Amino acid sequence: MKRLGAVLEVVVPLALLALWAAWSANSDTFYYPPLTKILETFNETWVFERVGSDVVPSLLRLAAGYAVAVVIAIGVGIPLGLNATARRAAAPIVEFLRAIPPPALLPLAIVVVGVGNSMKVLIIAFVCLWPILLNTIDGIRGIDPTLNETTRVYGVRGLTRLRLVTLPAAAPQIFAGMRTSLSLAVIMMVISEMVASTNGIGFFVLQSQRSFAIPEMWSGIVLLGILGYLLNLLFTGVERRVLAWHRGAHS
Amino acid sequence: MAPLVAVAGALGLWELLTRSGILNPDHVPPMTDTVAELVRLLGESSFWSAVGSTLQGWALGLGIAAALAIPLGILIGSSATAYRGVRFVVEFLRPIPSVALVPLAVLIYGVGLESKVFLAAFASFWPLFVQTLYGVQDVDPVATDTAKSFGLSGFERLFRIKLPSAVPYIATGLRISSAVALILAVTAEIVIGSAGLGREINIARQGGAVELMYALIITTGLLGWALNIVTTRAERRVLHWHPSQRQVAA
Amino acid sequence: MLEIRRLKKSYGDAHAIGDLTFTIGEREFVCVVGPSGCGKTTLLKCMSGLLAPTAGEVVLDGTLVTRPPDEMALVFQEYSRSLMPWMSVRKNVALPLRHRSKAERAKLVDEAVEAVGLTRFMDRYPWQLSGGMQQRVAIARALAYQPQILLMDEPFASVDAQTRADLEDLILEVRERYDVTIVFVTHDIDESVYLSDRIVVLTPSPTTVKEILDVELPRPRDQVETKELPEFARLRAHVYRLIKREEARVAQ
Repeated sequence: MKRLGAVLEVVVPLALLALWAAWSANSDTFYYPPLTKILETFNETWVFERVGSDVVPSLLRLAAGYAVAVVIAIGVGIPLGLNATARRAAAPIVEFLRAIPPPALLPLAIVVVGVGNSMKVLIIAFVCLWPILLNTIDGIRGIDPTLNETTRVYGVRGLTRLRLVTLPAAAPQIFAGMRTSLSLAVIMMVISEMVASTNGIGFFVLQSQRSFAIPEMWSGIVLLGILGYLLNLLFTGVERRVLAWHRGAHS
Repeated sequence: MAPLVAVAGALGLWELLTRSGILNPDHVPPMTDTVAELVRLLGESSFWSAVGSTLQGWALGLGIAAALAIPLGILIGSSATAYRGVRFVVEFLRPIPSVALVPLAVLIYGVGLESKVFLAAFASFWPLFVQTLYGVQDVDPVATDTAKSFGLSGFERLFRIKLPSAVPYIATGLRISSAVALILAVTAEIVIGSAGLGREINIARQGGAVELMYALIITTGLLGWALNIVTTRAERRVLHWHPSQRQVAA
Repeated sequence: MLEIRRLKKSYGDAHAIGDLTFTIGEREFVCVVGPSGCGKTTLLKCMSGLLAPTAGEVVLDGTLVTRPPDEMALVFQEYSRSLMPWMSVRKNVALPLRHRSKAERAKLVDEAVEAVGLTRFMDRYPWQLSGGMQQRVAIARALAYQPQILLMDEPFASVDAQTRADLEDLILEVRERYDVTIVFVTHDIDESVYLSDRIVVLTPSPTTVKEILDVELPRPRDQVETKELPEFARLRAHVYRLIKREEARVAQ
């Protein structure tokens, strides 16, 4: 049975792809071009024609927004995690702000900052902030009290304690939040480019649809899928290395 | 006490910064004006109609997603072989940002409710499906073995053991999917122009009615907050007896 | 050296510790025994400055203890939760020594780890070690810290019997080598007689001192020979009866 499972793992995706190729090859619907055509267009467009003009700006905005979110969220999350009063005070504000559906903030961002790169970076940062913040707070609150007592007994205080004990202990939880934020970052990158941009992958996909360049549109969608998958893979790789001790301790 | 002080302080700060001109009132209207606008809206039928449209898209999207994700999740999760066959595909399709499908939705369904529901359903399918899969898989093998030794049939085992064990996971999945469905519904309204709060926000911005725009955005926040509270409460109720898996707090 | 004066700790109406007074002299090995639930851990936490007493005081070398003093180290019962899982044995033992020079730190760590017999495992992680070994790491960490007084909270309770015997002998060796005062809380009566110079027997909550006994067994102690001595049996029986009587009294 196990062998069958392993085989299926490889066979099923390939079979689905083959199915897609076969079904779309026969169709002449405008909306669903043959898979072969999509792949051809993908090759023409993204390897490596439009990388500089669309992929790079998208990724740069993504990286900048995400980085800002991580820094602010952890920076604010640590004091909130350590101080119960501050946390209780901030709770309703945080709960409300994070409940605002991110796309609703786009018009606000446009009004306040305009339609340039800073708007996109800002909104990506704002949306990615919350999962990391909440998880940082939870991670710090969840630290085993025995660890805290140990630091008190052995005089490990201040920044040393933060760096060597608090942050590593909260790290698994923080990483969980960072993972969620990563997918949010991709989503906001795409939406912001669809709504107010002159370049970027999201912009390209929407433009293609509007000018009825359907194979191009699909190629963009496929690219976004690949991007999402690769970013996830990259993140998992980093997480595995940083949290190697955690896997060992909990196996 | 502390939260009230903080909220009052934040609102006060907002008012101060805008009235004093530090924040440009064309960009950020004063707090009191925004609140007044919000109160005014509560009496407008067009406002409630927009709220209704958004909720309609959310409900239909979430409903369709649940109708598909839960049965499929249970079916596939119950069979280790099926799970392995599907796993790679799920891991690949899952990270695809559903917003990438917005242009596709427009193409096929136009700019109305169907597009919105399609996007909301597609996006909220995945968290729920994956959670259901995990839930069915996570059954304590000792429990299953005990059931087998008592002669319970496969079907009975499904209903008596696997399903109850999966319910907390499904509850968590519903909470996450509910938030996702709302986000995609509003996305469709903002990007495509389907009827709802998102479209009204856009119209307000284009017409330069800043207070209205802010008031509407606050409304979406309140809506999201309310839905959050409902789904979190429901989830907690179901989780309180189960050793809850420590999942992401977002 | 360490004086406990009329210590009292209550949680609302629950009086964990009623009125405790006793003294620990320099270089003594004092065991604290009592029936379960008599607030032994609470006592240690008050002694180490982790908890503030409701009344009474703890005085170390003439100074009042209000927070964990530098001269004191504490070995917890739950060793797996007091070691940092992201640090190797070496780093864990070195953690309290941040403010020393690099050379000094290395020397202290090497010595302490060698004293507990774990030199080969310096670069392993706690989760790669057995329970007994993890507790040794915790002890090494306490030793490297060079405290004057070492508090130990039922440190060998979560370890199997054979490992416990090894650890008991280890702590005796370490005490000789480092010349440190030890306050050792345990519920194991045999252990308390085997290890100590004096035994403080506690009553159930609200806890007070029932009796303090001197243990005049020859040193160095041995797991077989010492335990065969008639004096060992006598002491052991005495403590056992004290505790059983207390438990019976409370049960009425």
